[in-house]
Order: sequence, then structure tokens, then C-alpha cells
Amino acid sequence: MSGQSAPEHLDARRLLCPLPVIRTQDRIVDMRAGDILAVCCSDPGARYDIPAWCRINGHKILEISEGDYEFTITLQVGESDAVQPGD
Amino acid sequence: MAKAKAVALISGGLDSLLAARVVLGQGVHVEGINFFTGCCVEGHTHAIRKRDSEKPKRNNALWVAEQLGIKLHIIDVVEEYKDVLLNPKHGYGANLNPCLDCKGFMVRKADEWAVAHGFDFLLSGEVIGQRPMSQRMDTMPVVVRESGAGERLLRPLCAKLLPPTLAETRGWVDREQLHDFSGRSRKPQMALAEKYGFTEYAQPAGGCCFLTNREYSSKLGDLWNARGHREYELDDILLLKVGRHLRPRPNFKLILGREEGENNYLRGYCSQFSHLRILSHRGPLGLIDGAADRDDLLLAARLAARFCQGRDAAQVEIEVHEHGGETWTTLVRPMPVAEVLREWYV
Ligand code: SF4
Repeated sequence: MSGQSAPEHLDARRLLCPLPVIRTQDRIVDMRAGDILAVCCSDPGARYDIPAWCRINGHKILEISEGDYEFTITLQVGESDAVQPGD
Repeated sequence: MAKAKAVALISGGLDSLLAARVVLGQGVHVEGINFFTGCCVEGHTHAIRKRDSEKPKRNNALWVAEQLGIKLHIIDVVEEYKDVLLNPKHGYGANLNPCLDCKGFMVRKADEWAVAHGFDFLLSGEVIGQRPMSQRMDTMPVVVRESGAGERLLRPLCAKLLPPTLAETRGWVDREQLHDFSGRSRKPQMALAEKYGFTEYAQPAGGCCFLTNREYSSKLGDLWNARGHREYELDDILLLKVGRHLRPRPNFKLILGREEGENNYLRGYCSQFSHLRILSHRGPLGLIDGAADRDDLLLAARLAARFCQGRDAAQVEIEVHEHGGETWTTLVRPMPVAEVLREWYV
């Protein structure tokens, strides 16, 4: 596994589902297994959708931290054998 | 022999769940694809409205993929979809739903994706006679032809009623184990769901998007009418899903949040619109869509006051923020209910 460099950040605030998932998915295409991505969201739906998308696509949720009106989902890119959009 | 690979169009409803399950059961590697057009039912209103917050806010397409244990690729087609919605070759259904063109578009996009990613065929949950526009015996071939997918498209739930496709002739799936569902009855699907042990699934009433909804279509028609053109941005069509929309004059529309979740959502648009904040009472946030002068803004303020807790008060204090201009405060008499005309409701 490579990666473990400084986390990348994705601002998905004000986006409504499924856009936070789409933006996460599209960002991960350019990342390597082991890399960390922190996604900042404000739509409560993303709290369920991003972890669900990660589970089915083989990525790992490391942490969900809560803010006042937003929260950050930190995930680690998995060793996916599947093609990803934009490949 | 390597497993055949199929892309399944996943809407989040029962039919696409079953279609993918049928093909998975034949040993095919299946991955799902789902398209975000901006008009999708998924997510938004649940996300926005606080009153729904006790319900699980799941995205049905993701949930279906998880039930099936397959990957799901969600593709943003908002820009390309505009042409489908604005210029449907086959026209609209009962509302502003261009279902036949839409199906052709989605199958084409899925097919392009499948070819680009080395998949052998694609599958959808269509059933002959299930929907009045896009799923009729005479329109099913239109989707096949116009999408360009041709015989790469398999419809596992009604395949036995259609000519064999590539997946069948190549032996990737056994035609005998596919189905012959037709008509509007949901019984065969429910029986199949039971066979597979699916007890909980989404059954969207009108279809997979807001365009089949009469109120939503009426708001979209009003927007096009008022602007004198039909171009739209994603924010325009998202805003149609939120709040109470009233057009007291042709040149502007007032959007009022109906509860806290909607007010929070509308707040995100304050920098783009003139807007009203009620200071003296609890009440909605109001966005003004259109070019409104001072007289229009005062009318909007009286109308907004009608929907706040001070509706019976002699005066309500409102802060008016003019987009790109001044912010001022005014005391208004809430509009009596008799003056709020029915035709103002969009
Ligand atoms: S209901 Fe909406 S998404 Fe579904 S086919 Fe019709 S236009 Fe397309």
C-alpha cells in the first residue's frame, strides 16, 4: 500500500446528495490506494451516502467529525480492483 | 473462461434491483451505473426538509447496490441532460417528463461507459407495458435503436418476449432463466423479490424523477415562461423542489421556506438573490427570483408576513436585502388571506 501522505481535502458543503458522493468518487479516481481524503459536507444525507458508497466500492471510513452545521468524513482509498469512472 | 461483465442501470427501484439480481445469479460480473440529472427524486427533499429527518436518508441506488453487493458508479449528467429535457424528440409524457428520450439518453450513456470500461453488455429493469411512454412494446425498440446500444442491451425481466440479445446468443446468460413479465401488474416482481429474499425496496409512484410530478412540472413551466427562455442551471431546478412558490406579479416570484430545514437551505442562496428576513416574528426566509423594484419588494414583504407567526399582528418588521444593493427595514401589515390570490401559487 502506498499513500499515507498528507490528507487531501474536498469541499462538498452546500451540495445536496448525491453530489457529495459524485464529487468524492471523481476525486478518488486520481488518488492511490492508501491515500486519505477528508470530505467536508453540510447535507445530512452525505453522512449515510458517502459511507455506503465507500462500503460498496472498497474504501474505508476512518472518521466522521461533527461541526456546527457541517461535518467531515475522512476516508482511506481502498485497493479497488474495479474500474473507476474516468479511468 | 473469464466471467462476462455487465453494467446494470440502477434507478434505485425494485425493477432494476431484480434485473441485476437475475443476471448476477447467472455468474455474470455486474456493476451498477446511476445518472444524476438534477431532477432525480433521490436525496434532495429528504435532505432539505427537517420534518423528514427521522426517516433514513438513504440513497436508493446506493442501497440497491449494497443489497446486491455490487459497485455503483454515479455519473453527473446535469449539463448533457438539459438537451433531453429542453428538446425531447418524442415529446413529453403527462407532465414535463421526456421519458422516451430520457431512457434512450441513459442507455446511450451507460453503453458508452460500458464500452469504454471493457464491459460486454448492459442491462436494465424495463418491463413491457409497465410505463405508458417509454416501456411499451412499440417504444422498447426505439430505446435500443436510438441509444446505439443495439443488441448489447438486455432486459432480463421481459427478455423472453423480445428478440435474443448478445448476452443470450453468446451464452453469457441462459435465456431460459430470464423472464417474460409484461403489463402494469407488480405481482410478478413482488413474487421474484420474495424469492430472492428482498423484503424492503423502494417503489417510486410516478417514476424516477420529479418531472413526472405535476406540481414540479408546473413550477418548471412557470420558470420558463417568466424568463422568456428555457435555459436553466442546476440551482434553478433544485430550488423548484424547495419551499412555497408564489408569483404575485409576472416579473418576480417569492420563494418561502416552509420549515427550518428549508429556511436553512434557502439561506445558502441569499448571496445570489434579493431576500427577506422577518425580524419581529418567527417566520419563513423569502427569496425573490426575478427583477423586483421597491414596490414589488414591499408587496413581497406583506405576502411573506402572511406566512409568519405575526400573520394576525398589526405590523411585522422585515429586513429587505436587495441583491447587489441596499438593505433596509420596513414595517408592513400582513396581507389578508383574501388578497392572496389562488393563481399566485405556482
Ligand atoms: S421518470 Fe424521469 S428519469 Fe425516469 S425515464 Fe421519465 S424522465 Fe427519465
